[in-house]
Amino acid sequence: MSGDRPLERSDLLARVEVSLSTRFQLAQAGDAAAYRDFLEELSGHLRAFLRHRLAQAPDDVEDILQETLLAIHNSRHTYRSDQPLTAWVYAIARYKLMDFYRHHARRGALNLPLEAADELFARSDTEPMQARHDIGQLLEELPARHRLPIMHVKLRGLSVAETARLTGMSESAVKVGVHRGLKALALKIRSAT
Amino acid sequence: MKTDELVTLLATRAAPAPRHVAARRFALAMPLAIAAAMALMRGLYGIRPDLAVVAGQPLFWARLVFAAAMSVGALIVVLRLARPGRRVAAAWWGVAAPVLVLWAAAIGVLWWLPAESRAPQLLGHTWSQCAANITLLSIPALAALFWAVKGLAPTRLRLAGAATGLLGGAIATIAYCLHCPEMTVPFWAVWYVSGMAVPALAGAVLGPRLLRW
Repeated sequence: MSGDRPLERSDLLARVEVSLSTRFQLAQAGDAAAYRDFLEELSGHLRAFLRHRLAQAPDDVEDILQETLLAIHNSRHTYRSDQPLTAWVYAIARYKLMDFYRHHARRGALNLPLEAADELFARSDTEPMQARHDIGQLLEELPARHRLPIMHVKLRGLSVAETARLTGMSESAVKVGVHRGLKALALKIRSAT
Repeated sequence: MKTDELVTLLATRAAPAPRHVAARRFALAMPLAIAAAMALMRGLYGIRPDLAVVAGQPLFWARLVFAAAMSVGALIVVLRLARPGRRVAAAWWGVAAPVLVLWAAAIGVLWWLPAESRAPQLLGHTWSQCAANITLLSIPALAALFWAVKGLAPTRLRLAGAATGLLGGAIATIAYCLHCPEMTVPFWAVWYVSGMAVPALAGAVLGPRLLRW
């Protein structure tokens, strides 16, 4: 099972992607504890990212962090499970940060890249539970019909159609695979921690 | 409020997000935009009286197909730009291809024509009004579409505004096709495209202000 290893984006980002999307999916089903974990893990990454980006305005970090968390909560309906969650979160965080730069006539907006989820998730100021289990390992334990859709759609950012073509699965099987696979992963993470 | 408290507060609201928000908003905004453009076209300019006759000509349908293709292409781009973190990528071809095909056809037509009939083909009888008329027809469509896009949390406001403006212009062009007497490809290549470009530019200017959330 090495030929289809996903990790074209960094290993770390892949781990964060799986960890966040499993929790987010549980939260969507009404699991408050999972949503809390999701928001806490996210806060850690956002805080580190914002501190790095706002080195000259450390007092504003928590404000923008809270605004971003609120925006993520209020825009939940715009997330589609066939896109990487990290890319969606990054776009919102970038938007809120740009808004701040614009308001304060700062020039940081000029070097805020359009797609850089790996920068956002490279650091964390809480070092959360992700280290406790090896997501790559857990992913390997999933059956191919779950593992392949997660790897291609969530980790590599391919579309459902591309994934279907690549794996020979039908598009609906890919969508179901992502959904069920994340659910199965969430259960594995639960029992591993 | 401390961030921890906010997290605790938000965590109590774990629940399924509203579904099909995009579909519902656009299912409202698109028919509204089309109906408003049609009504405005009838009220301001009127449907061309010989519609039944020209409806038998392939050129009449070619023009409608161009406007419809631009609308579909622009709608796909808008739907992508309306949401955080989605790439437009190959979907740009949906708006680029119809324009390129039209321009290629127009260049071909002008190439074959004798020099003295090129200017009439390009300018027709209404060149000075066409783009302004299309822009005017697009205004109610723009209002409806900006509302639909704003609810999906766009994060690239200028680009999303431009694409939304283009969509409004393309819809207005569909309506304008039922009035416009011009039946030459070079005319469309210049003035219809301009008529869509003006709302697109307006959208780019207005996007950062109107789409903020």
